[in-house]
Amino acid sequence: MTGVSVGIGVSLLGTFVILRRMALVGDALSHVALPGMALAVTYKLNPFLGAVVFLFLAVIAITLIERHSVLPVDALVGVFFTAGLGVGALLSPSAESLLEALFGDIAKLHMVDAEIAVGAGLLVTIVTMLLFRDFAYLTLSPELAHSEGVPVQRTELIFMLLLAVIVAVGIKLVGTLLVGALIIIPASIAKNVTGSLRGMAFVSAVVGVVAVVGGSGIAGVFHLPPGPVVTTVAAGLFLVSLFVRRS
Amino acid sequence: MSLLFEVQDLTVILGKTAVLESVSFKVEKGDVIAVIGPNGAGKTTLLRALLGTVPYEGRIIWHQNPRIGYVPQRFDFDRTYPLTVEELFLLKSGSRSLWAPTPAQSGEIKKALSHTEVEQLQKHKLGELSSGQLQRVFIAYGLFGAPELLLFDEPTAGIDIGAEMTVYGLLRDIAQELNLTMLVVSHELSVVYTYAKKVVCLNKTMACFGVPQKVLTPEQLQSLYGAGADFYGHEH
Repeated sequence: MTGVSVGIGVSLLGTFVILRRMALVGDALSHVALPGMALAVTYKLNPFLGAVVFLFLAVIAITLIERHSVLPVDALVGVFFTAGLGVGALLSPSAESLLEALFGDIAKLHMVDAEIAVGAGLLVTIVTMLLFRDFAYLTLSPELAHSEGVPVQRTELIFMLLLAVIVAVGIKLVGTLLVGALIIIPASIAKNVTGSLRGMAFVSAVVGVVAVVGGSGIAGVFHLPPGPVVTTVAAGLFLVSLFVRRS
Repeated sequence: MSLLFEVQDLTVILGKTAVLESVSFKVEKGDVIAVIGPNGAGKTTLLRALLGTVPYEGRIIWHQNPRIGYVPQRFDFDRTYPLTVEELFLLKSGSRSLWAPTPAQSGEIKKALSHTEVEQLQKHKLGELSSGQLQRVFIAYGLFGAPELLLFDEPTAGIDIGAEMTVYGLLRDIAQELNLTMLVVSHELSVVYTYAKKVVCLNKTMACFGVPQKVLTPEQLQSLYGAGADFYGHEH
C-alpha cells in the first residue's frame, strides 16, 4: 500500500522533473533534509518531521532567491544541498543513525510513518493530476503558460513543494541516496518507450509501482535491504527500455 | 469599422530600463497591423503588455472583450519533450485531463490544423516537426478557440524567404476569412507593404503609426533603422 502510493506519486511527478531537466535536483534536494533529520534524532522527534520542515524551508528559500537573482534553480539547490550535507554530518548524533537516514529501511517503517507516507503519496498524485495542464504548459514554455493564464510563479512553488514532500517520504522508504533513483529512473524509462506526454506519465507511474513493489518483494524473500534492491530493479528495467526504445 | 482597443501612453519598465515609452495607438476591428522596429525596440514587449503578462503604466482600453490568440517569437523548447500536437491543443482548450480527448475535441483540433493544412500532424510529437511545420502548427494553435484578436510575434523567424511569403499570405487569407484583427511583429518591410493595412513603428517610443505607404517615408525608415534602411523599403 505504502509502496504503491509513493511509487505512483514519485514517478508521476518524476515525469516533469525529467522533462524540466531537473533530474539531479531531486537527488540533491534530498540531502537538504539531513540537518533536519539529525536535529530531530537529537531531540527524540520523528526524523520525517525534521526532514519535511527543512525541505519546505529550503524549497521556499530557493524559489524566492531564484526570483530575485540571476542563478538557476539547480545552482541554488546545489548551494543548499552541500550546506545541508555538511551541517547534517556535523549535527548527526552517531554514525549508525546517519547511515539509517541515508539508506532508510521500509521494514523498519512504523505504522504512523506508513500512514504519513501513504497520505503524502496520494496528495502528490492528486495534486499532480489536477495541475497536470499547468505543469505541462510550464515545462513547454513559461511564456506560453503565462499567456494562457497559468499562474507561473505559484505553479513553480507548488511543483517544488511537491518535490520536497516526495523527497521527504522517499527518505523514509528507500533513503536519501536512493530517492533520486525513484524520481529519475521510472520517468526516464517512460520517456524512452512512449510517444506522448500522457503515455510517458502513465508508463512512469506504472514502472514506479513495479519497481517499489517488486523490489521490496524480492528484498523480503532474500532478506536484503529493500532500498538498494528497488533501485537495482528500476535500473534493470531501464536497461530493458533501451532495447525496446521507439524508433 | 468599430474600435477594438486603444493604447494610451503605454510605458513598460523592466528592471530599471524603460523598454517602451509613451506609446499610443488605436486598433479597429478587422485591422491587420504590422509592428516594426529595430532589435530591442519593444515590439515583443508591446504584445506582452496587451496580453497582460508584463506590468505597465498608461492605459490599454478594451472597447470589446476579444478572445486573444498568441504565437510567441522563436519558439524555443526542449525538442525531446514528448508533447504531441494534439496534446498542445488540449492544453490550450483548458482540458484538465490529457488522458482521452473526446471525438468532438479531436474534431475541433483537426479543423484548426486544417487552416494551415497540417491536419496530418495531429498525432506527431512537436519535437519531430520541421521549423516550417512547427510554424504552421503554431499559427493553427493561435487560431484555436476562435480568437477575435491574433497576436503574432515574428511569425516567420527561422523560415526561408519563399515560405515566409506563404505564411504572410496565409495569415492575410485567414484574417479575411474569419474576420480577425491581427497584430503581427515583423522585420520584413516588403511584407509590411504587401500585407498590412496599418503599421506601428517602435523605437522604444512611438516613431510612427498609420498606413505603411504614407508613414514609412525614407526619412522615417532611416531614423528607425539607420542609413541604408530604405533599400528594404521599395514598394511592390
